[in-house]
Amino acid sequence: MVIGERKPFDEIIMMLGGHKKVLVLGCGGCVTVCLTGGRDEARVLSSQIKMARDKDGNPIEIIEETVERQCDPEYIEQAAPIVPEVDAVLSMACGVGVQYMAERYKDTPVYPALNTTFVGGSTKEGFYVEKCQTCGACKLYYTGGICPIARCSKSLLNGPCGGSTKGKCEIDPEVDCAWQLIVDRLESLNLMDRYEDLMEINDWRPNRDGGPRKMVREDFQR
Amino acid sequence: MSAECKTESRLEKVLRAGHFAVTGECGPPRGSDAEAVRKKCLLLKDKADAFNITDNQTSVVRMSSIASAVIMMQEGMEPVMQMVCRDRNRIAIQSDILGGAALGIKTMLCLSGDHQKFGDHPQAKNVFDIDSMQLIQTVRRMRDEGKFLGGDDIKGVPKLFVGAAANPFADPFEIRVPRLAKKVAAGVEFVQTQCIFNMEKFGEWMKRVVDRGLHEKVFILGGVTPFKSFGMARYMAKNVPGMDVPDELLARMKATPKENQAEEGIKIAVETIQQLRELKGISGVHIMAIEWEEKVGEIAEKAGLLPRPSV
Repeated sequence: MVIGERKPFDEIIMMLGGHKKVLVLGCGGCVTVCLTGGRDEARVLSSQIKMARDKDGNPIEIIEETVERQCDPEYIEQAAPIVPEVDAVLSMACGVGVQYMAERYKDTPVYPALNTTFVGGSTKEGFYVEKCQTCGACKLYYTGGICPIARCSKSLLNGPCGGSTKGKCEIDPEVDCAWQLIVDRLESLNLMDRYEDLMEINDWRPNRDGGPRKMVREDFQR
Repeated sequence: MSAECKTESRLEKVLRAGHFAVTGECGPPRGSDAEAVRKKCLLLKDKADAFNITDNQTSVVRMSSIASAVIMMQEGMEPVMQMVCRDRNRIAIQSDILGGAALGIKTMLCLSGDHQKFGDHPQAKNVFDIDSMQLIQTVRRMRDEGKFLGGDDIKGVPKLFVGAAANPFADPFEIRVPRLAKKVAAGVEFVQTQCIFNMEKFGEWMKRVVDRGLHEKVFILGGVTPFKSFGMARYMAKNVPGMDVPDELLARMKATPKENQAEEGIKIAVETIQQLRELKGISGVHIMAIEWEEKVGEIAEKAGLLPRPSV
């Protein structure tokens, strides 16, 4: 899923400066699962904003709403009756949702309440880690199901650098060395011969470097 | 190994002639003062066959490796241009290879590069378009096939002797020899190892290297760094990733009175070189006297490696 982290409160207050009535719009997708942008978080953030603005002698009116997903035109249409009534929308979705809202509601500023951080999963409640960098050309066959692009700090394709120490990455003793994990896994699967194959120079076009990407199911385009 | 040189590199000539090679290292200054490079060069001249010019080592911004290498050549010395993959994509890498060769650089060292987290610009975006193995492949392809990575012909092929680093002390140990084998398969012609303090572990690594016959396919230069003090030894043991300083060495430095520690550090370096010369498969040493360039000559002299052969 897409992981998002709430922006610093001061930054949110800065963005809303000058607005008197805003819609705080939660998203029922990934950011609900990772506990940063769903209905509950929208409620908490709204109260915090109201309290801060009251304290400042500059009260703000907030409408709270949460839709199923903000990355889908069908669901963001549900905000159509509310948006014209507000000065601005504070979207609690990932960057995709914020942009869907901005494109749909052309006359109203839409601001992000979250920093979209990575594509990952949870290891325990409230603890999320990055696993995929959406490079567009999956290499997990070669690397025992562990991604060196997302999980090696240098995205090295041909093995660990000289900074791998006791299973940890040189940048932080809390970070696992992806190549240690890959080697351990290849060894346990008896696939170490794959390690000695030179991984070719990568074609980064399927990554963001080829420009903004799209995926089209032709059979649905009729 | 073949005695026939593929480049005009002095280091290649020394190695292929069967001499025990010596390389040194010169870190460029944090400014545009050419005299700072010249001063270091004067300390190093004739003390080794060639000298690595580091490429923004530890991700701290310095004068470029290419420019510093040119200044070194003006002093009549042979630079080894280091190049890291951290700061350049394949377009800039190939362009800098052409530029370096055009300016007279004949030897280069292919590295991944330290992560920018360690430097003075931790906010920077890193590149890592290709990795160090692929950089080796890139230079060899440019030199031997006369082709850019994109497939077009190069007019005026860069003739560079191609090196890389090897760290026998990083983890996982089991893949450290296979990793060298990959670099050999990629086309590396010489490697300089990480600083050797744990001779037992290095010996084990070399044994596996020799068992696989890799020493017959790549020249291996053992890395030697003298301790300036007990404090430095302790720092390297505790704070430098991928560095293996055994407790006995730390104890030996600690037991030495402060005023004699530098001398003891040099003694250890000379002993290390002597042990390396006895090891099968070692073709030379790489002396990295970090911000202590004036000691390279003393170490080489005491190890019986001076004068350097003329080739």
